[in-house]
Amino acid sequence: MGVSRKPKAQGAAAAALARPAASDAGESMGQMVWRRFRNHPGARGGVIVLSLITLSALLAPLSPYSPVASDMSARLEPPSLQHPMGTDSLGRDLLTRILYGGRVSLRVGLLVMLITLAIGIPIGASAGYFGGRVESMLMRLTDAALSLPSLLILILLSALLTEVQVPLLSANSVLTVSLVIGVLSWMTVARLVRASYLTIRDLDFVMASRCLGASNTRLMVRHILPNAVGPIIVEATLVVGYAIMEESGLSFLGFGIQPPIPSWGNLLSDAQNHLTRHPWLALFPGIMIFLTIISVNYIGDGLRDALDPHKLLRKVGEA
Amino acid sequence: MLKYVIRRLLQFIPLLFLVSIGLFALMNATPGGPLAAHGGSRHVNPQRAEQLRRQLGLDQPIALQYVIWLVGNDWMKVDADGDGLAESRGERRGVLRGDFGFSYRTRQPVMDEIAQRLPNTIYLMGVTLVVVALIAIPIGVLSAVRQYSKFDLTATTLAFAGQAIPEFWLGLILILVFYGWLNNPFTGDPLLPAGGMHTLGAPFSVLDWVRHLILPVTMGAVGWVAWYSRFLRSGMLDVMHQDYLRTARAKGVPERRVIYRHALRNALIPLLTIFALDIPYIIAGSLYVELIFSWPGMGRLYYDAATQRDYPLLMAILIITATTTAVCNLLADLGYSVLDPRIRYE
Repeated sequence: MGVSRKPKAQGAAAAALARPAASDAGESMGQMVWRRFRNHPGARGGVIVLSLITLSALLAPLSPYSPVASDMSARLEPPSLQHPMGTDSLGRDLLTRILYGGRVSLRVGLLVMLITLAIGIPIGASAGYFGGRVESMLMRLTDAALSLPSLLILILLSALLTEVQVPLLSANSVLTVSLVIGVLSWMTVARLVRASYLTIRDLDFVMASRCLGASNTRLMVRHILPNAVGPIIVEATLVVGYAIMEESGLSFLGFGIQPPIPSWGNLLSDAQNHLTRHPWLALFPGIMIFLTIISVNYIGDGLRDALDPHKLLRKVGEA
Repeated sequence: MLKYVIRRLLQFIPLLFLVSIGLFALMNATPGGPLAAHGGSRHVNPQRAEQLRRQLGLDQPIALQYVIWLVGNDWMKVDADGDGLAESRGERRGVLRGDFGFSYRTRQPVMDEIAQRLPNTIYLMGVTLVVVALIAIPIGVLSAVRQYSKFDLTATTLAFAGQAIPEFWLGLILILVFYGWLNNPFTGDPLLPAGGMHTLGAPFSVLDWVRHLILPVTMGAVGWVAWYSRFLRSGMLDVMHQDYLRTARAKGVPERRVIYRHALRNALIPLLTIFALDIPYIIAGSLYVELIFSWPGMGRLYYDAATQRDYPLLMAILIITATTTAVCNLLADLGYSVLDPRIRYE
């Protein structure tokens, strides 16, 4: 966990938001959060399942089969020892394609998370820190973005991007799809960050640093941000799940990752044509999406509980 | 109050203009403009393409195209036959007068296309929402009343699962099970139909319509039930420990009445807001359902328009959705102040 740095403030209000002082039990703030996270059964299961999925996606190239080359002698075979998840209409091993699809999904999830943070944190931080006109403009922008029907805009942008030649953004690549999803999902982060900054900027320790001559940027990045990190971590985790769901939906609709590159979404859209006669094609990719997202959500839930300032405060009070 | 409504409307109108300008520019920014998919992919000869561009008014500057889209072109001469000479009077009346132009795909007025599809979506989503409310409200209340009981834990787990199931996958699995695997024991036909609103060509029967509703409604409802029941549970928990409930109990109000009248009413207020904000998502929310179950509604219309780059239709659906969003936002805020007298707007 990256939250084990020494807390900067010890006022009661600061403690409620930030990471309060270490308890007398000799346990640091980070250790406490980590212990609480570890003891959350859902989060523990989520970490295990997600690690397995990540590991298997990383090891995908070890598979004896190619994810794209077809083998017409082995079309639509049901699951067997050679092909544990069967083969598709072009004779490709479904397990191999699912593992490669996992690489796509996980990369999209992480990229969207980074994009969301890269847009949401500066916007939320500026709004919360500066207040006034800056705040009302940035928050108006956030509200406008929130009022857009995201799935419809996602489809529109993806459809338009298939026709535009932009350097670096080849149509329907992982990067393009992530950018499109990321541009439409930073709003919650911005709102959370703004709320934290609004409260923290008026605390004494910020004032103290300002009196010592710290610049606005330094105050925002070095002093306030570390104390606002809890809700950001939780939201960043949940964004990963959201992004994976959106990507597979887009690919299912044919606007995301394009075949022959496998993604869980386009595997499902393939499976639609063989649904009743070759159901394994539809079962396995969906189970993978489900497992990934439920793991991510449980991890997010565990983090929320572990980082919950009220519960942490109570623990400090008991100690 | 009236002042507040007017101020909100004034804030919202420029925003809508900005959104429409943004979307309009976006759709015209693609190389070759809106014609890229219209003519380009079908190898229309260049002369014909040029003629089409003139007929559709795409040879005009984008700013003028936007003005025409907005207020119509019945005040100017247009080139109706595409020969390069503007000789006849325009006939479009513009979005502000309710004319969204013609669909590129079908050459039908966009509003006609929408009018054909919208009732089907409202029908599907209306039934879905009623089902969602009937299931989610009791689950949310019971979960909160018996917090940490077996029931609550089961509901929590199921809600986590419900939120993680990809909607489109659920649809495929429902078809697989109820159309592919399970048969009607008397006739040997599939237990439930896999698509459509009713059996084509068959005489009207309520049973037939209901049978066609079951799977799409189930698919649409699962995620919503999971989300709403969670939301109501936390809303109820917030309310349950408040003093006025203790007062009610002290007065001798029966427990059932305390829960369902006093507590639930207040817990439903935030849910109503969330619900009002969800209304514009009905089109987006129905997209997967309508595609998988071949339901002739708005979601599928949007999908078809996007695949075929039918820009007038896309613009119309997006603008209508954005307007509905803004109106529902306002209604949610007003509803809040009606239901919760502690909140006042000035």
